[in-house]
Amino acid sequence: MLQVLIPLTVDALANAAIIFFVAVGLTLVFSVLRVLNVAHGSFYSIGAYAAASLGLWVVSAGLPEWLTFPALVLSAAFVAAIFGPFVEHLLIRWTYGKSEALQILVTFGLFLILEDLQRIVFGVNSLYEDTPMRLLGSTMIGGIVYLNYQLLLIALAILTLVGLKLMISHTRMGKLIAAVVADREISQALGINTNRIFMLAFTLGVFLAALGGALATPTTGVSPGLGADTMVLAFAVAAIGGLGRIEGAAVAAIIVALARVLAIYYAPELDAVAPYLVMLVVLLVRPYGLFHTDTTRRI
Amino acid sequence: MRMFLLGLAALVIVAIAGISAPWLQFLLSLAIAKGLAALGVAILLRAGLISIGHAMFFAIGAYATAFLTRNGITDFVSLLILSTLIATAAGVVVGAFMVRYRAIFFAMLNLAVSMVLFSLLSKLYNITGGTDGMRVARATFFGIAPGEQTFELIVFLTSLVVVMLVGFAVSAYFRSPLGEALKAVHTNEIRLEYISIPVWGVLLVGYTISAALAGLGGSFAAMIIGHVLPEMAFWTESGHLILVAVLGGIGGVAGPFIGAIFLELVHTFAASFTDAWSMIVGAALLFVIFFLPSGLYGLINKKRGGSAV
Repeated sequence: MLQVLIPLTVDALANAAIIFFVAVGLTLVFSVLRVLNVAHGSFYSIGAYAAASLGLWVVSAGLPEWLTFPALVLSAAFVAAIFGPFVEHLLIRWTYGKSEALQILVTFGLFLILEDLQRIVFGVNSLYEDTPMRLLGSTMIGGIVYLNYQLLLIALAILTLVGLKLMISHTRMGKLIAAVVADREISQALGINTNRIFMLAFTLGVFLAALGGALATPTTGVSPGLGADTMVLAFAVAAIGGLGRIEGAAVAAIIVALARVLAIYYAPELDAVAPYLVMLVVLLVRPYGLFHTDTTRRI
Repeated sequence: MRMFLLGLAALVIVAIAGISAPWLQFLLSLAIAKGLAALGVAILLRAGLISIGHAMFFAIGAYATAFLTRNGITDFVSLLILSTLIATAAGVVVGAFMVRYRAIFFAMLNLAVSMVLFSLLSKLYNITGGTDGMRVARATFFGIAPGEQTFELIVFLTSLVVVMLVGFAVSAYFRSPLGEALKAVHTNEIRLEYISIPVWGVLLVGYTISAALAGLGGSFAAMIIGHVLPEMAFWTESGHLILVAVLGGIGGVAGPFIGAIFLELVHTFAASFTDAWSMIVGAALLFVIFFLPSGLYGLINKKRGGSAV
């Protein structure tokens, strides 16, 4: 049984790492801007398309193959630089402090526009670019073969989690973000440029989503419709962990991954249902997520 | 009274358009089916609640029709009524849990339930046909099996009658104390509790009616298209229902239908020269939100427009 379960778990954890990148971006944007960004999944798929295209270009241009690794991060940074400030300034900014219904609608409109935009720019074909995964090869531990790239994904996710926590607690920028999250008005009164913080946080969120997409391409490739699928998964993970909780997103990603492993092992047809069942149960018992400690309710 | 006459006139115009140009019948019936579901979403929007999962009741209505047809019930009217009843029952059960939540939590819980339904519909291949969906055999009318064209005409005319009946019923509901309380929930929920109006009761009734309308629309859609798919329950479909409701405006009963017919017509004409259809719709949605907060309906009825969100 372990011979089956361990590889499955590593597989699931690598998936969890990808979803963590997207969900933590979503949760970060929500906690700073108080906007639930329905278009967040689109940044994931745009990042994936950008990374696959850039990787394919690197390979076809005859450049050294190891360049495909920086290409992954570079394309995510590129997507964030193009979309982050622009979208925040032009669209999201007008919804601050408005009702949730309005915010969801505005970002849904953005989702529709971005879905078509990537179809026009990248076409409707699936792209595969697995050079990074091939280069890393695999390791044999205890008679089981692991893909090194998957182990790298898990390590990167852990690094990102630690990095984000350190950034918020130890850097000037992080402390400013924490202040704005804690009290927007007082921060403004103290002279913090909240608009700049919002833009930075949004751009960081876009970067994390795009990075998730970019890192996923070597294992899964990219095809149309990816954004919408990822969106709901990221929603589920962010909601389970408690919207706005960074470590919550990490734990929730692992819980969802393990739930899927169990589902695949015991009831394969329930595989796709598992994340949403967990989300449903958690939200019914603890509507604010597993990690939410704030007890204030609106009513 | 003026709005009533306007609505009747609009119905007559749609009927004449459909009868004189039969190729429009399929399109208009489908628009009306979606309009019914969007009207359900509009009811919840009145109370300030946004559901990113309401397509589940649309799908429940559609799949109920498919299952009933497969099990030998083929009468058109019986199918409509039974499917709506099934969706209503689902609405009561799901709603009983939902009405405890507000804002984002309401939206996300609806999303969770609808995604569970979507995944089950696409995975339980032996029961639901998986991602292939299920075929829906053409319904009969009181034991008579019509040809394709007659069928489309009858469905179209029935949908108009249903819109009229639903329109009367829902506008009566909006004017009733129970319906007016929906807006009050949006404005100030605590005051309602103070004057001893049970908010959860108000919302449960609203939720159930909205589920019933979505189910009715779904049942229509299943029979018009002749096929049901799991995608009917996917979250983007729920997003589209909200879009239709907001585009048309939630100030009155006519709003969602205006939105649905407008969208369906634009879709058909836009499809002939561009495939960036989502982009147009998304931009239109943003335009309506920022510049026409009471929707297309607000253009006609300035007095009772009512802001969408």
